[in-house]
Amino acid sequence: MSNKDAYWNKTKNHMIVTLVLWAFFSLVIFMFGSELNTMSFLGYPLAYYMTAQGSLLAFVIILFWTANKQEKIDEEHGFSEREDD
Amino acid sequence: MFKGDFIQNLPKIYGTYTGGFLVFIILMALAEQAGVSAKNIGVMFVAFTVLIYALIGYLSRTIQVDAYYVAGRQVPTVFNGMATAADWMSGASFVALAGGVYFGGYTYMAFLVGWTGGYVLVATLMAPYLRKFGCYTVPDFIGTRYGGNLVRACAVFVLFIASFTYVTAQINATGTIASRALGIPFEAGVWVGLISILICSMLGGMRAVTWTQVAQYIVLIIAYLIPVFWISSNVGGGIFPHLMLGDEVARLGELEQQFGLVKNSAADMKAAGVPGGLKYISGTHSGVPEGGMAVWKYLSLAICMMVGTASLPHILMRYFTTPTVRAARKSVAWSLFFIFLLYSSAPMLATLSKLALMDPNLPTGIIGKSISEVQSIEWVQRWSEVKQVFIADFNGDGILQLNEWFMRGDVVVLATPEVAGLPFVISGLVFAGGMAAAMSTADGLVLAISNALSHDIYYKIINPKAETSKRLLVARVLLVIIGAAGAYIASFRLTSILGSVAWAFDFAMSGLFFPLVLGVWWKRATREGAIAGIIAGIVSGTVYLTWVFPKFSVPIWGGVNTPFLGIDHLRFGLIGAPICLVVMVVVSLMTKEPSAATQKLVDDTRIPTGKAILGKQH
Repeated sequence: MSNKDAYWNKTKNHMIVTLVLWAFFSLVIFMFGSELNTMSFLGYPLAYYMTAQGSLLAFVIILFWTANKQEKIDEEHGFSEREDD
Repeated sequence: MFKGDFIQNLPKIYGTYTGGFLVFIILMALAEQAGVSAKNIGVMFVAFTVLIYALIGYLSRTIQVDAYYVAGRQVPTVFNGMATAADWMSGASFVALAGGVYFGGYTYMAFLVGWTGGYVLVATLMAPYLRKFGCYTVPDFIGTRYGGNLVRACAVFVLFIASFTYVTAQINATGTIASRALGIPFEAGVWVGLISILICSMLGGMRAVTWTQVAQYIVLIIAYLIPVFWISSNVGGGIFPHLMLGDEVARLGELEQQFGLVKNSAADMKAAGVPGGLKYISGTHSGVPEGGMAVWKYLSLAICMMVGTASLPHILMRYFTTPTVRAARKSVAWSLFFIFLLYSSAPMLATLSKLALMDPNLPTGIIGKSISEVQSIEWVQRWSEVKQVFIADFNGDGILQLNEWFMRGDVVVLATPEVAGLPFVISGLVFAGGMAAAMSTADGLVLAISNALSHDIYYKIINPKAETSKRLLVARVLLVIIGAAGAYIASFRLTSILGSVAWAFDFAMSGLFFPLVLGVWWKRATREGAIAGIIAGIVSGTVYLTWVFPKFSVPIWGGVNTPFLGIDHLRFGLIGAPICLVVMVVVSLMTKEPSAATQKLVDDTRIPTGKAILGKQH
């Protein structure tokens, strides 16, 4: 397998992991909204907290994490851009 | 080299600008103390900020193609994040979002998740690859990847429908805010808004829009956050509302029990003469509605908004302006961070505003008081005069019940500072913020449309030999025409702000999402597949919209139709996008595999290093 193919496989897997996390915070937890709302976080009902703030924050964290991870994959395969590119 | 210096000095320049704006706020506060009227303060806020944007727009003028289309691809990561956030957060986000949460509660907050979660799709599926491609516009990618003028024209068509739907709503919002802040009629406000928008974008294209959007983000975020924190400490919500409103949310639950959530009949509301567009609280604030259909309604709305986000050209094109692919990825993360600052505050503002009106223990509470007493409050009188609030004593007991208080959603943002006893300078600041939000989005949209028409239709299809000066002239003329057409339609006020904003997402996802994603992620996708997919998606979505939206279905289909599986007019992308996917895959598999050259092009797109597919100037 060429370096390019190996790079693309890793990138693809990384994309899938990111989208699984995304689906969990955007869709899966809200399938159980009424169950989650019986629990509380910071004094807020949990489902309310997640839709008002929690999932939004999770997306921000996922995005920084996923960008950093992808940069590592770039480096491993020698596809890292120079700053002056 | 002024350019290099300018980019290096950005933090200093915008730091000074932010400081200057804060000083201006203080000056206005002093002016208020000195007896300057509330109206004049509002005028000065809007005039001062719009003047600054116009100045930035003028200073960023350019005669270079890549500066005009992609800001010379030198916008640093964090600044591009701010510009995207301003581009993204529209007049609707700024003015109507908290109001939506106020009336819709948990169910409505599917919009919050949808309008943020979509950025994960942007970052993983699209932005870095489109940046590597080196295109000027979104149809530029589709036209080059699939090859041919027809597919390019189809993409321009979808872009036009989606962005134009959106831009009329934005110009409408600009007009509303300008008319209220400046005290002029709505129709005049629309044209004032349009002129401000054009001054910011016409001379410098993407470069000018980028630097004004950064300035607009700073104004809008200050204007949103200061009132939220201040109101919170005024009504006893604590100094950091985002972490400290748990008790208040619980208290709202108690108050809802105490007052009762009553649904008014349409006949009662009509008899009482409730003005159109005004709402009352009939659902719970934090409770989750029971049942599978309620869950599906939440999820389906979130899906449409997320997928729509990842297909909106005016957002995707912001990531064409970063220096590198890596910067494009990081920039998406920064964008969402800056958006998060406002979006996570909207529910807090809604909570505080609701509590201020509902809690009888607070001096600001009005529910449960006698109607004559409420009607004598100054802000109630002022907002009643302009038909933004309304009281209907259904049970005739002279006491204001929860279901007897009607209000327009915008009032939550525009009037809460006043209700909570903040000085007027804050209301002036909020006007400036709303104006910044509506203008920045309208700028981005008008530019997305006129760039696609001038680059993809004029230069790529009609006159490929056109000289730079002629291309830029065409781009500018189109900008003015598109803006004027948007303002003309906006002046008719076709639908409420949020109705049409959601439609833009559905149009974009119906026609653009899968052609973009499969263009990068599926080499086998062919030109014929893309053309068939785009047409099938946008046509089926649009036909479904006319079928399900009562205002269209009555004249066209002869009656009101029940939404299929709960897919109403806000969610019609759920019909268009899957049809687009299926048609695109089937037709692609039936037609000949793309050429080796096209496959090589896709391979190169997937790798961050190396030359861009399309040259620096094309």
